This record gives sequence, structure tokens and C-alpha cells, in this order.
Amino acid sequence: MLNIGVLNQGIVIDHIKVGGAMKIYTYLNLENIDVSVAIIKNARSNKMGRKDIIKIEGTLNGINLDILGALDHKITINIIENGEIIEKKNPKLPVYVDNVLICKNPRCITSVENGISQSFKLTNKEKGTYRCVYCEQSSKSVPDTITKM
Amino acid sequence: MRHIISPTDLTLAELDELLDLAEDIIKDPKKYSEACHRKKLATLFYEPSTRTRLSFEAAMLNLGGSILGFSSGDASSASKGESVADTIRVISSYADICAIRHPKEGAPYVASLHSSIPVINAGDGGHNHPTQTFTDLLTIKNLKGRFENLTVGFCGDLMFGRTVHSLIGALSRYKNINFVLISPEELKIPSYIKEQILDPQNIPYKEVKSLEAAIPDLDILYMTRVQKERFFNEADYIRLKDTYILNARKMSLAKEDMLILHPLPRVNEISVEVDQDPRAVYFKQAQFGVYVRMALIMLLLQESEGRPIC
Repeated sequence: MLNIGVLNQGIVIDHIKVGGAMKIYTYLNLENIDVSVAIIKNARSNKMGRKDIIKIEGTLNGINLDILGALDHKITINIIENGEIIEKKNPKLPVYVDNVLICKNPRCITSVENGISQSFKLTNKEKGTYRCVYCEQSSKSVPDTITKM
Repeated sequence: MRHIISPTDLTLAELDELLDLAEDIIKDPKKYSEACHRKKLATLFYEPSTRTRLSFEAAMLNLGGSILGFSSGDASSASKGESVADTIRVISSYADICAIRHPKEGAPYVASLHSSIPVINAGDGGHNHPTQTFTDLLTIKNLKGRFENLTVGFCGDLMFGRTVHSLIGALSRYKNINFVLISPEELKIPSYIKEQILDPQNIPYKEVKSLEAAIPDLDILYMTRVQKERFFNEADYIRLKDTYILNARKMSLAKEDMLILHPLPRVNEISVEVDQDPRAVYFKQAQFGVYVRMALIMLLLQESEGRPIC
């Protein structure tokens, strides 16, 4: 097992579906925030077989991590302080998300109309399915297309 | 401000009001010949349409109102790159109500977000077509006399057929409805219809490939055209376009009181020999489309003046 150092203060985003870590990294715009980031891809997992993990040393002020539920509703978020997990949570799925997911339907008005938000509504809580409010196309968890914050 | 983007934008009580008014118009159209005097309907058609546009225009003219608009995206500022949002903001100051057809799904919803007049979705891509649904419902109400205890078959292009999606949504609100979904594998109903409408309400449905096997059980058969304009690949269209052809031989297997509906235009999917069958009601259905649009325009204008639909 690959070892990455223990965080003193930060966030561990665990149980990311394999292949999803870079998308969350992109969404959180981590390359432009003053934090240290370790991305672990394809790690072994008893629960999932394989998974991705993101470890962030530092703080993400003002970011609603629940939004990540729209990208991957099975992730776990661990908040670390003084080297210990002080909070472990699964993101609550927001009913509406704006400008997080992008509609992949080429027939959707969002593919041509400028100036409108990419808006999705949660239609299946168990499966974490979001649908475009304009065309009702679904965007499955960890989609191929996400937008930066 | 009320807009009609999806057929379920009307409650069942409002839908009853709409259909009752339409039936009253059928009985005595002259009574309504000045109902929309001095009112203007804008028809914003970004893609070609014969029946829908002309039936909207006929409806407004029958009500004593006026019409303005365009009949293709090329004839509007859309060809210069104007957004739907900007267009509707301007049109809102020219007309009292508008009907919009657009090839992109969700365009009428975008229009409704920026409009100060009622917006009626006259068809958006393969998504919704609520006034066709109201037309279909009026046809069923007038000729079948009920919405409950019906087995309704949909045949042909169930993937891109927006009239099918809309009518399934509308009929699902009534008791003891069964659906038989007849299509080739490639044109099956989209998963969201099952996930959002059929499964949560435990509405019985089956997906089959044979029209002949399904037809004896049906009270209503809703035929659809395989729409060339919805395919990115012409080879797929050519392969699938004549999968189902309803003819006199297949009609001999159907119930004596089964109704055949079709949103039109028809290509090859219903043989012309079937037109003589009294169960073929698709031309009458097109006629009902004018009446139901008259009723809808009246109710939405009434509502915009502060008088609720019901």
C-alpha cells in the first residue's frame, strides 16, 4: 500500500469512485488554492474494491463541501485537526446545484444559449441522480463534464 | 404569470376546466369569436411546423385576436445569434401571449424565465409538446368518454417522440391506466420517463416489439412517426423508419372501439387504407387541436389579467 503522510490539519475526501479524483480536484480548483494536495488513485478498498482519495493539507474557507455530493454521492469527507479526525460526514445532496454539472445533451438549450446557468435538480436521492432543469437529461455521479468553481 | 411548459403545469382541475371549455367551443364556436378581440399572439417557431403553428394561428383568429411571428429560425434574429432570453424580452412588449417552438430542449423554459407574457411551449426538440397532449386528451375525452381504465399503446419512436413523453405524463395522473410501449430496441422510451413517472407511481407498463401481438389488448393505439430530424446518423433513420406499418390486416386484430391517434404528420407508419376505418381519428384529432388551443389561449390571457383558471 502506498503511504502518504498523515495530515495535521485538513480534509480527506475518501471513497471517491475510481477515476473521479481529478474531477473533484478540478471542481474545487485546488491548483489555484494555497494548500498541499495528495491525490491517490486506484487505492485498494474493502468497501469499494478500488477507490480514489484526495488529501488536502490546509483549509478550504467558504467552500460548501456538500456540493461534492452532486459529483459523487458516495464520498466521505473527513475533517482533520491536530492529526485527528474530528468530523466524518457524507455530503448531503443539495436539491438544486447551479454551475457544478454540465448538461451533456447536445439537444439541450444550454448547448447554445449564452448567459444561462447550468442548473440541475436532484431527482433520485438513493442513486444521487441529478437532471438538467431545462431538458431533464440525467447527469450521473462523477460525470465526465464538470465546471470549475 | 402562468406559463405552459409541460403538460403537468396544469392541475387536474385546471385541465378539466380547459377540456370543458374546449368542448363548449366545439359546440358553439361563434360564441367565442370575439373572446380575444385586440389581443395578439406571437408565434415564435424556430423550426418548421405546419399543423402546430397554423392551429395556433387559426385558434387566435377564431377568437377574434391577431397574430405575429416567424416560422423558422432563419427568419428571426436567432440567425444573427440572438439568445432566446433576449428575443422573448422584446416580444413581451409586442404581444399579449406567445407560443414558442424550438429545436433545443428547454428553450421554452428559458423563455418563460425572461418573459412578462404567458409562454406556451409549442414543442422543444424531443422533450415536451404540451398542446399536442391537450389535443390528445381532448380527443380521448370527446371520443372515448373517459381517461380511467384504459390500456394505451404507444408505437414507433418512443425515444424522441415528445408527444409520447408528454401524453404518458398526463395520463399517468388518472386511475387504472396501463401502458404498452411498442418500439424497436433503439427507440425505447427514455429511462427518465420510467424513473420519474412510471416506476414511482407503480403504473403498469410493458415494453414489447410486436405491434401485432400487442394490438388486441389496446383501447387506444398512439402511432408515431420515426422523425428523421432527430437522428444524427441517416443510416440509423433509414434502418428504423419503417419498423411499424399499421394496415387493415393488423386493424382486424384490434378491438372494435379502439381509437387510433397520431400527432401527424404521418409518413408510412399508417397505410392510407386505414384512413377509412372509423377507428382512425387522427384527422379529427388535428381539428380538436385548434379548439383546445383556443381554450388554452383564453384561459392564460384570463389568468394574466388576474382571473385564475379555476
